[in-house]
Amino acid sequence: MIKSLTLPDAERDHISGSANGSIKLLEYGDYECPFCADAQPIVKEIQRRLGDDLLFAFRHFPLANIHPHSEHAAEAAEAAGAQAKFWGMHDLLFENQSALEDEDLAAYAGKLGLDATRLIREVTSTVYARRIREDFRDGVRAGVNGTPTLFINGERYDGVRDLKHLLNALTAM
Amino acid sequence: MSTITRNPGHGPVLGPDARAPDFTLRCTPDQSVSLSEFRGRPVVLAFYPADWSPVCGDQMALYNEMLDEFQDFQAELLGISVDGAWCHSAFAKQNKLHFPLLADFEPKGAVARTYGVYDEKDGVCERALFVINTTGIIHWRYVSPMGVNPGANGILSTLEELKARSETIGAAK
Repeated sequence: MIKSLTLPDAERDHISGSANGSIKLLEYGDYECPFCADAQPIVKEIQRRLGDDLLFAFRHFPLANIHPHSEHAAEAAEAAGAQAKFWGMHDLLFENQSALEDEDLAAYAGKLGLDATRLIREVTSTVYARRIREDFRDGVRAGVNGTPTLFINGERYDGVRDLKHLLNALTAM
Repeated sequence: MSTITRNPGHGPVLGPDARAPDFTLRCTPDQSVSLSEFRGRPVVLAFYPADWSPVCGDQMALYNEMLDEFQDFQAELLGISVDGAWCHSAFAKQNKLHFPLLADFEPKGAVARTYGVYDEKDGVCERALFVINTTGIIHWRYVSPMGVNPGANGILSTLEELKARSETIGAAK
C-alpha cells in the first residue's frame, strides 16, 4: 500500500489523539521555525476541543540552512520517540525554540525521564536522518512550500492559521 | 497547454517547446553565468520578484534544501531576479543559499522580458518557473500568483518525466 502524502498514517507517523478520529490533521513542521512555534498552542487547543474526534500527526520539514538546529531537533524528537516520548519532546522543543543546542536536547531528555546519553548518541550519529528526509521529500511532493503546512483530511489548508479559522475548517467537513 | 491568468499588460509567456533564449548574467560582482554553459543538463530557471521579501525567502530557502534532489537529475538550479549582484550576495549569505542567483539588473529585466515574465507595472520578475531540457528547449513552465510560493512538486515531476523520456530514447537506440 502506498501511503498518502497528505493524510496521517497510523502505521508510520507519530499520532496524537484517537486513531479512529474522523477529523484528520497533518502538520509538516520545523522545530526552529517561529511560525511553527506560533501554531503550536493553537494545535494544542484544537486537540483539547476536538478530543477523540481528532487524529493529529506531525512530519518533519526542517529547513536546515536557515535553521541550523532544526535537524538535530528533529532527530531528538525521533530519538525520544524511540523511548516512547515523541510528543513530550515535541512540546518541549517548540516551547524552548531558542535553546536547541545538543546540551539543551540532553536536558530535555533528562526532564522527560529518558536515557539522555542514548538520545544524544542517536542525535549526533543522525540515526533518524533517513526518516526525516523521507518526511521532507514526501512533503515536497505533497505541495508543502514552507512551514508550517497543514493538511485537513488530506487537503492543504491555505487559510489563516488562527484558532477560529482552523476550527471552522476542521469542523466544516 | 495550461491557462495562465495574469494581470493585463504582460507579454505572452514563452511556452513549452520554445527554445530557451540564451543569456549571460552576473551571479556575483565578479562572475557571470550563461545558460548555454549547462547544455546537456536540465536547467531549472526560477524567476522571482525580489531578494528579501518573505515569500521569496521561503521559496529560495525551500529549493536550497532540495539541491540533492535536483542533483539526482543532474539538474542545475538558477534563481533570477532584477536585484543587483551585491544584493544577491548578501541575500545568499544571509540564507546560506548554495545555488547561483542571477542579476537581471542591466538593462533591468531584459532576460525576464525575453521569457515573457517581466511585470512592467511593478518593475520586477514574475514568480515563474521554467524547466529547460538537455537540448535547451523549454519543457514546462508555470507562473505563480505573486504572493504564492509554488513549491517544488511541479519541478520534480517534470525532471522525472525528462529522465524517463531520455531513458526511453536511450533504450530505443
